[in-house]
Amino acid sequence: MPVETSAASAALQDVPNDPGAAKPDPIVKGSGITRTFGGLTAVDVEHIEIQRGVITALIGPNGAGKTTLFNLLTGFDKPDSGQWSFNGNSLEKTPAYKVARSGMVRTFQLTKVLAKLTVIENMRLGATDQRGERFWSAPFRALWGGQEAEVTNRADDLLARFKLDAKREDFAGSLSGGQRKLLEMARALMVDPELIMLDEPMAGVNPALKQSLLGHVKSLRDEGRTVLFVEHDMDMVRDISDWVIVMAQGQIVAEGTPDTVMADQRVIDAYLGAHHDTDLSDLNEEQLEADADAELDAEAEETDA
Amino acid sequence: MDIGTVIDAAVSQAFGPQAIVFALAAIGLNVHFGYTGLLNFGQAGFMAVAGFGLAASVVTFDLPFLVGIVVGLLASVVLAFILGAPTLRLRADYLAIVTIAAAEIIRLILGAVETKSWFGGSNGLTGFVKPFRDMNPYGSGLDIGIASWSRTDLWSMTVGWALIGLSCLLVWALMRSPWGRVLRSIREDEDAVRSLGKNVFAYKMQALVLGGVFGGIAGLFHVLKQGSAVPTDFNTTFTFFAYAALLIGGAARVFGPVVGSMLFWFLISGLGSIFSQLTGGTDPTLPTWLMTDTQASLIRFIVLGLGLMLLMIFRPQGIFGDRREIAIDAR
Repeated sequence: MPVETSAASAALQDVPNDPGAAKPDPIVKGSGITRTFGGLTAVDVEHIEIQRGVITALIGPNGAGKTTLFNLLTGFDKPDSGQWSFNGNSLEKTPAYKVARSGMVRTFQLTKVLAKLTVIENMRLGATDQRGERFWSAPFRALWGGQEAEVTNRADDLLARFKLDAKREDFAGSLSGGQRKLLEMARALMVDPELIMLDEPMAGVNPALKQSLLGHVKSLRDEGRTVLFVEHDMDMVRDISDWVIVMAQGQIVAEGTPDTVMADQRVIDAYLGAHHDTDLSDLNEEQLEADADAELDAEAEETDA
Repeated sequence: MDIGTVIDAAVSQAFGPQAIVFALAAIGLNVHFGYTGLLNFGQAGFMAVAGFGLAASVVTFDLPFLVGIVVGLLASVVLAFILGAPTLRLRADYLAIVTIAAAEIIRLILGAVETKSWFGGSNGLTGFVKPFRDMNPYGSGLDIGIASWSRTDLWSMTVGWALIGLSCLLVWALMRSPWGRVLRSIREDEDAVRSLGKNVFAYKMQALVLGGVFGGIAGLFHVLKQGSAVPTDFNTTFTFFAYAALLIGGAARVFGPVVGSMLFWFLISGLGSIFSQLTGGTDPTLPTWLMTDTQASLIRFIVLGLGLMLLMIFRPQGIFGDRREIAIDAR
């Protein structure tokens, strides 16, 4: 397996493989973050740190609270308690749009392309600090025409990089699922984020496109951006992530480099189930039946007594 | 049947002051619903506060005419802030509920006995229109054969079409800009826009105020062309007719609401004229067991409603809409 060691990921070598381990240069730091939905505790993170300039994967079984943690960090949801900071600035009670402006941009598990806008319009929307987006200067093209041209150039470059330039004038709603993922990632880059948070970038993407998406995610790190992504695809996690954080039932259960995490018994139990490497067809059916019968008998005796 | 009378009635109304009022109101709804996706069911409320803002300023408080206009426009801005502040953070349906309720509350307050000394009760207010009528440069009415208008209507129409022209120009200039792009994006998906660092609440508020001001202009024009401000004019039917006009023309198109209102009034008065001729006189064309002349003025709305249904089935994007855009919704 190819192991890529960038300077940034080398810095992670001395970090202990403990949940909530402190990183040498964290871009995001959070502690005591909890979020409950009624009686269910969706997120209960004691401490989390995301290292700058590396690709961090956030994995865990369904319902582990990964997306909820994403929502909390980016201001799309409010936690019951906890504080967290981005680049040392506290983001508590910061609305989602200010979080994005500060350089922390996320994508969505269910892609949110703007269906009735063309691909290029989707891209242009991503640019920040546009003069033409202010009401009083909007009617006068002279005030924003120049900036719009710059924005369009940047958008065209990104579209070419993500191989969407042929779709430039199509409605975003006419794109395929995979192309929507690409468009959403490209649009997030228009904000020029320091930290880009991808929520299941591979879900519903065909294998061919997956390879190019992997390349794109790696290129984000090579540009010096920090990437945090949620993913179920273990191949992708193993292939590109420098650090893996494992969540289960709202808590961080393990952390470490991909290889150590995947060998960790706690992770295997939480994520794959304790019997993950037993082939079901190898199990002795008679033995299983006998066990089940014994259990039923025991129960029947209990109710009799 | 006299076709000339039918055409005269239809064309006169299509270009007349009533169509202008609906066009202006529908331009506002186009900003709200067509571009931003805000469901404002209380456009009549914006019209009422502006119309009565002018009428009460001039009649009740003896303020100058121009001050009254400013008061009217400010009233619609204030109403937009009051309605938007609590509801724009919530889902779109809440705004619909709040606006329709607010419009009714406003209408009932304006017509209440308790506020009669200010707003004239259910009779409303008159006597504020003289400065507007005095500016009329025309010597007589106009009859172009297929349509005719009185001298007063002609002046109202001149002002009204100028207002529509300016409004359309402003909407066009705004909607081609990045500002308009943000509004259309909010209509598609608020969270996506938020994730890109835009203050969605502020943009929705700006859109609500802008559309409300267009509604206010419609209200001002309505009381001016009519010469009186009457609370019952501003009932919910008004808002729904304006929506009908908008959908006929095509939402999120600059000229959609204008052409839609013209067509709406062309059909309403054309059909009305046809049915009243068919049922009028001592020996009506339609037998009285089928339709009487009192039913004639109602049947036009039934026919129009049927027409609207057919339009939505066969051309859901309206006259100016883009079929491709509608097709995306079906996914």
